[in-house]
Order: sequence, then structure tokens, then C-alpha cells
Amino acid sequence: MAGGSTSGGSVKADTYAGVRHWLLAPSWLVLLTVVVGPLCIMLIYSFLTKEFRGGVVWEFNLAAYDKFFFDRGLFGDEAPRIEWTYISIYWRSILQAAIATLVSLLIGFPTAYFIATRPTTSRALWVFLITIPYWVNLLIRTVSMKFLLRDQGPLNAFLLSTGIIDQPLTIVNTDVAVQLGLFYSYLPFMVLPIYAAVEQYDHRLSEAAADLYASRWIALRRVILPAVKPGVIAGCILVFVPSLGSFLAPDLLGGARNFMIGSLIEDQFKGQAGDWPFGAAASMILLSMVLIVLIVAARRQARAKAAGGEV
Amino acid sequence: MNTESPIAIDVRDAVKRYGEFTALKKISLSIKDNEFFTLLGPSGCGKTTLLRMIAGFEDVTEGQIYLYGDEIEGLPPNKRPVNTVFQNYALFPHMSVLDNVGFGLEMRGASKSDARRRGGEVLELVQLSQFAKRKPSQLSGGQQQRVALARALAPQPKVLLLDEPLSALDLKLRKAMQIELKHLQRETGITFIFVTHDQEEALTMSDRIAVMSAGELQQLGKARDIYERPHNKFVADFIGETNLLEVSVDKIDNGHAICHLGGGHSLTCNAVDGIDVGTRVHISVRPEKLFTSDAPSGVESLKGIVKENIYLGTDLSTIINLDEGPDFTVRTSNSERGNKRIFEPGAQVFVNMEMGAARLLVD
Ligand SMILES: Nc1ncnc2c1ncn2[C@@H]1O[C@H](COP(=O)(O)OP(=O)(O)O)[C@@H](O)[C@H]1O
Ligand SMILES: [Mg+2]
Repeated sequence: MAGGSTSGGSVKADTYAGVRHWLLAPSWLVLLTVVVGPLCIMLIYSFLTKEFRGGVVWEFNLAAYDKFFFDRGLFGDEAPRIEWTYISIYWRSILQAAIATLVSLLIGFPTAYFIATRPTTSRALWVFLITIPYWVNLLIRTVSMKFLLRDQGPLNAFLLSTGIIDQPLTIVNTDVAVQLGLFYSYLPFMVLPIYAAVEQYDHRLSEAAADLYASRWIALRRVILPAVKPGVIAGCILVFVPSLGSFLAPDLLGGARNFMIGSLIEDQFKGQAGDWPFGAAASMILLSMVLIVLIVAARRQARAKAAGGEV
Repeated sequence: MNTESPIAIDVRDAVKRYGEFTALKKISLSIKDNEFFTLLGPSGCGKTTLLRMIAGFEDVTEGQIYLYGDEIEGLPPNKRPVNTVFQNYALFPHMSVLDNVGFGLEMRGASKSDARRRGGEVLELVQLSQFAKRKPSQLSGGQQQRVALARALAPQPKVLLLDEPLSALDLKLRKAMQIELKHLQRETGITFIFVTHDQEEALTMSDRIAVMSAGELQQLGKARDIYERPHNKFVADFIGETNLLEVSVDKIDNGHAICHLGGGHSLTCNAVDGIDVGTRVHISVRPEKLFTSDAPSGVESLKGIVKENIYLGTDLSTIINLDEGPDFTVRTSNSERGNKRIFEPGAQVFVNMEMGAARLLVD
């Protein structure tokens, strides 16, 4: 590892071609053991048979996937019908994550733009301020959110005192609470990539747009947004993907009726009531969906790059 | 000044301050309709600032700017019928060349297809039709420069502002573009305000030039006036090559001032108001107004020794040290040198000039 630091200066890159593999070996090892390894285990487990006190029996079959998509009645002997329970949980999760992403974008974009247009000296401070809440554990933040939002909480107390409402708003245990929780959990993941993109953005382009009779709104839509699009896409992915698999916010803020993918999977591995192969299969299905989203995004970006020379 | 053509841009006592720092100190100038007007000055003298105030990107701290008689302070940039060719071009990287050029037209209400069609015509004007579909990053610097020009010309602004548009181009391309710009200005009849720090460029292209320094207007006039009759030391020194010498005025007599150069040499030049006997001032003599000979000739002759000959292609530059006095640079065009003697270093020569070649300057 220490050898890597000597490669600077005018030394030709080829000099280290031989050792490069060995210098990269630790990284490869870590990636293999903590990323690829567990994924393989999950993939294998999703094809195993459930053992009743949690755990698995080493018999390969498609039962877990079958359970996810098909309903064969209580005893498993009826003609298969589509099982909507899990599909609808997935659908709701996608919707919740999408709304959380949209809210993050609507709040995060102006925030990022604001920070990126401050004088260089104060930008670091603003970025730091944005990340401060995230030094606190996610669980604690989510519980605090519940306290803020509950019927007798400060938010309702404030709204009641101003006379905007005369009945406390029920927010906790609704979709809105989950969306707010997700939005709050992942906002920095939206702000930071957009901030980086806007910081790179050449503001003289906005001046050129104004010079050519574009209003601010049109300049934003036609010039600024296309230029910072890679940052926006990165931010959306970084918020959408963890939101989709999140279980803390849905569990704590959404209550029993607002079950999401994360909670469904978590339940399969908790205590003795779980179904490990089913949890693994649900995870693999989620993973496939995420991969599809990422591949589509990457393809589109690559195509834009190929067409434009630069994005 | 002639008053027939209307005034396109009238800057009246414009002051620009950035906090404590004053970038422009009470600038007043009028730019005529259909004029190729140049703001010339060294880097940091406030040219871009003035241009940005006209375009609407900077507000005017004090004073007013009028566009064809209307005060424009308060109008945002997108409401001013003025377009800019930016120094770095600022082309929209994600749009094709054609869409870049059509952008302003579209913003002014043209339909997409109309904007494309008229954008295409303007592209033809700058000879870039074959690149219409490319992205700006796929063009050379010179081509990008022309796209920027086409984009700013397409909406037919009343005034076109050009901020050092040629500074990034190599010499040959720059010379070609200078001529092309001049032609475009004549063809379109649009008032051009051109910014440059290159005095040669300014002399080549402009109807009139405003020389600026440190936020102040030094001189405004036609290229010839500024070169031949600089008002002050800064202008004489900045425009073209000159022999700038410190002298003391010994005597003023009948409109002529006799100036002492040191080492017993003296020169007679036309007296100037505000320069009195006994003051130490500068005189400027253009090197091409001097000629060498082995015997005194012309109205003024100064004796000296050749120090060095520098071959400049079209010209020969000879540096001559006056006996115990200052150095003079003499420029001889190579075409006329055929029948003139070349004095080698060490040779004794006379530096000669006609009356009026040396000009007294206020500081
Ligand atoms: N936004 C600004 N804040 C403070 N000073 C500025 C600003 N813009 C320009 N200046 C200063 O004003 C002076 C003139 O700048 P500029 O008009 O860009 O000069 P030029 O275009 O002639 O090179 C410079 O000294 C520059 O540092
Ligand atoms: Mg400038």
C-alpha cells in the first residue's frame, strides 16, 4: 500500500504496471468479501428451503419466488393465482420512494444552488451545516421526527397557535409521515451531487441566456438544468435507492399499515417467525429492480455523452 | 463631432464602484449609430465593466446610460435590445450550433422552425453552415468564436457588444477575423462596441476609439487622431511604438517650445497649453518619423552613435545613442531602405526629423 505514494512525479505510469495488481489486491479482497460474498450467499439462500425456527434446509427449489408472486391457497394445493400482497408492497414502496425523491429534489435543488452560488469562503460552512444533523444516528433522528410530527407535538402546537388549523393534523402513521421521514433521511444525498454539479456550472452561460432574451425561468429550464443534469440524476438515484429499501422510517413513522419493502425483508430475518429464503428472494427482486433503474440511467447518460461530446 | 447620425449609446458621468474600489470614474462618451466603436485599454482598466453595464449585468453606481435616447438603467439584460459576444464565448454546451444561434430568435418569439431557418441564414453569413448539427465542443476555437458571433447577431440587436472576442485566436486567424468583423459590421449596419487591449487591433478596425486607463477615459477619437495626436503620455505610450523622452522646457517662443533633452541636445516642438517654461514633461516621437543620415538634414538633427540594428521583417529598427544623451529608436521601412544607407553599430549618424514630429505631452 505504501508503495502507491511514490508513483507521482514524472515516472512513467508503465513502471508500476507489474505491481499495480498487487497494490490493488487489498481493495479487491475487501470488495469480494463484503460485497460479492454476501450477495452470493443471498442468491443461494433465496433458492433454499425454509426451516421453521428460522434458518434454512439445504434443498434447492423456487418456493421463495413462488411465494412472492403466486397464491396457491392455504395448503398450497389450489390453482396458482397472482399474489398481490407483496407486489403491492413493492409498488407502494416505489411510489413512496419516488415521492420522497421528488420532494428531496424540489427542496434539495434550490438548496444546492444557493450553496454553490455563495462566495467560495462560506461554501464549505454551508455544506457542513447541511450535514450536521447526519452526525446523529438515523434511528434517533427518525424517532425525533415522530415526536415533532405527532398530534400533540411541536408542529401541531405551532400550527394550532397560529390559527392555521383548529384540529391537530394526523401525520404520524400516514404515507406523508413516511415520505417526510425518507426525505429527511436522504436529503444530503440529493444536495451534495447537485451542489457539485452547480459548482462546476459556468454561470456565464446564464448571463448568455439572459443576454439572448431568456427569462430566469427559461434560463433555468433550457440552460442550467441540462448542464447540471448529471448531478440531478446522481442525486435522484442516491435518494431513491436507499429510500426504496429503507425500513426505519416506514416502521417508526408509517405504522403497521404503511409497510414497505425494507420492513418486509427485515421481518423475514427477525426472531423465529421469519422465512430466510423468502427474505433473500425479496431482496434479490429488489436488487434486480434497482439494477434496472441504474442501468437505464447509465445508458441514457452514456448516450447523451456520445451525442454531445460533453454533457 | 458630426451630429447627423443618432446616438446609439450615450454614457453620461457613469461611475462604477465595487465597495471601496472605483472601477470606473465618471466616464462620459457617445457612440453613434452604425459605428464601429472600440474601447481600448490595458487589462483591468474597466472595459469589461463598462460593457457589462451597457448589457445590464452590472448596475450603474452613478450616472446614466441611454440607448437610442432611452434610459436603460432598471431594464434587466433580457429586456435590452443589446447582444454580447462573450470573451469565453459562453456557448451552450448541450445545444447544437444551430440551436445556439437560434436561441435568441426563439426567445424573441420566433417559432422553433423559424428560429432554425433564420439561424441557418446567419450561420451562412459566418460560413459555418456545414457545422450546424455539431456541438460547440466539437469545433475549433475560431469556429466557436464565429458561432458566438452568429448567436449574438441572429436576433438583430441594436447594439452588439464584443468583449475581446479575438484574444484567444492565433495571429493569422485573428487578422482574418478582424477583417471579417469589419465587413459584418458594414453589412448588418449594427452598432458594434468592441473591446480590446490590443492597440493594433483597435487601429485596424475602429471608426473611433476610446482609450481608457485605470477607470478613466484618456482620449476619444479616430484612429489617426489618437496615433498622430495623443493627448497625454499614457496614450502616446500605449498606442504604437514611440520614443518617449523626459525633457525640460527651456523657452517658449512664438508657439514653439524649445526642449532640453540632456547632454546638450535640444528639440523644438509646438507649444501646448498648460506646459510652461521650466517644467519637466515628456515628448513623444514616433520612430517612423525619424530618419538617419551622415550629415544633418531636416529641421531638427541630433548627433549620435548607432548602438544596434534590429531586423523586423518589414522594417529595420535602429537604436541610436545621442552623445551623452538619451537613446532614440528609428524605424526604416525595408521597401524604402533600398536607396538608403544602413549604418552599422558604432557608426556616427544624425537623427533627423521634420517640424511637428516631436509632440509635447501632458502627464
Ligand atoms: N465583481 C467585481 N468586484 C470587485 N472588483 C471588480 C469586479 N469586477 C471587476 N472588478 C475590478 O474592476 C477593474 C476593472 O475590471 P474589468 O472591467 O474586468 O477590466 P478590463 O475588462 O478592462 O480588463 C479591475 O481592477 C477588477 O479587478
Ligand atoms: Mg475584460
